[in-house]
Amino acid sequence: MEFIIIIIGAIFVNNIVFLQFLGICPFLGVSTRLSTATGMAAAVVFVMTLATLVTYLFQVLLLVPLDIQFMQTIVYILVIAALVQMVEIILKKVSQPLYQALGVYLPLITTNCTILGVALLVIRKNYTLVQSVVFAIATAIGFGLALIIFAGIREKMDLYDIPEAMKGAPIALVTAGLLSLAFMGFAGMV
Amino acid sequence: MNFGKELYRGIIKENPTLVLLLGMCPTLAMSNSVTNAVGMGIAAAVVLIGSNAVISLIKNITPDKVRIPVFIVVIATFVTITDLVMEAYTPDLHKQMGIFIPLIVVNCIILGRAEAFAQKNGFAASVVDGIVIGIGFTVGITVLASIRELLGAGSIFGVIKLVPEGSSTILMFVLPPGAFISLGFLIAAVNKFVKKKS
Repeated sequence: MEFIIIIIGAIFVNNIVFLQFLGICPFLGVSTRLSTATGMAAAVVFVMTLATLVTYLFQVLLLVPLDIQFMQTIVYILVIAALVQMVEIILKKVSQPLYQALGVYLPLITTNCTILGVALLVIRKNYTLVQSVVFAIATAIGFGLALIIFAGIREKMDLYDIPEAMKGAPIALVTAGLLSLAFMGFAGMV
Repeated sequence: MNFGKELYRGIIKENPTLVLLLGMCPTLAMSNSVTNAVGMGIAAAVVLIGSNAVISLIKNITPDKVRIPVFIVVIATFVTITDLVMEAYTPDLHKQMGIFIPLIVVNCIILGRAEAFAQKNGFAASVVDGIVIGIGFTVGITVLASIRELLGAGSIFGVIKLVPEGSSTILMFVLPPGAFISLGFLIAAVNKFVKKKS
C-alpha cells in the first residue's frame, strides 16, 4: 500500500514536469517527435533509478558517517556525471542495440535537473533505500508520461496555423500549462 | 568595454530567460511570488559571478579534456557557499526555495556562460558578463513573478496589496499551470516586440 501511494503520488499527483517544474529543458527540447520522446523517457528511467540508488548509498555510507552532508551537492553532481559516462561506456561494450537506442540521450541527461532533483528529494523526504528506488522509478515514469503525451500533441500542432510570435516555445509552454491544469485534477488522490 | 551596453545585452538582447530560454526550471518554479523570484535571481547571479571569475582565472591551467568536470566542481562550490549562507541569514527564503538552491548547479545559464564566455575572456570581462547576465536572469524571473503574483494573489512582495480586501483573484496564476501559461505569453510578447528591433 505504501508503495502504491508513492507510485501514484510520483506519477500523477506530483508529476515532476507539470507540477514540480523539473526537467523542463529536455521536456521542451526533445518532445517534438514521439520516437525521440520515447527514447529519452527510457534513458531517463534507466539513469534515474541507477543514480538515485548510487547517490543514496554515497549519502548513507560516506557523507553521513563522515558528517560532511554539506558536500552533498558537489558529491552528487560528480557521482551522477561519472555514472552517466560509465553507463555509456558499458552499454557500448555490452549491448549495441541498447546503446543505439539510448546512447544519444545519455550525455544530455547529466545536465537534466530531474536526476539531481530526485536524488536530493529522496534524502529530504527521509525515504528508505527501497522507497527511494521505487520513488525514482515512478518519477521517471511520470517524466516519460509527460514527455510522450506532450510529443503526441506537438506532432499534431505542426499542422495548425499558429501566430508567428507564439511559434515554438510560447505555444509549447501554454500547452504545458493546460496539461498541468489537467494534472492538478489528481490533487488529493493520495 | 561599455557597461551600459553590456547591461542592455544582458537584460534585453540576450536575456537568458526570455530570449535565450535557458534556466526554465527555476524560472517557472520560483516565480510564484516576487520575493522568491528576487531571491532565486540573486542566488543564481552570485553563483554566476563567482564561477565566471574563478573559471576565467584557471582557464589556462585547466586541461581542455577535463574542463567540464572542473567547471561543474567550481559551480557546485559556489552553490554550496550560497546554500549555507542563505540557510544562515534568510532561513525562510531558504526553506521556500528548497531543492532549487542545490539545483542551481545544473542551471544551464551558468555552465553555458562558463563554456561560452569565461573560458575565453579575461577576469574583468568575465565578472562583468556574470553581473549583466545575472541581472538579466533576475529581471526576467521578477517580471514573470510580478505578473503571476499580481493576477494570482493581487499583491507584490506579499505586502503591497493592489486588489481590495475580499475580492477574488485568479488563484490559478500562482499555481503551476499559471507559471507555464504566463511564461508562454511573456515569451510571445518578447518575440513580437523586442526581437524584431534587434
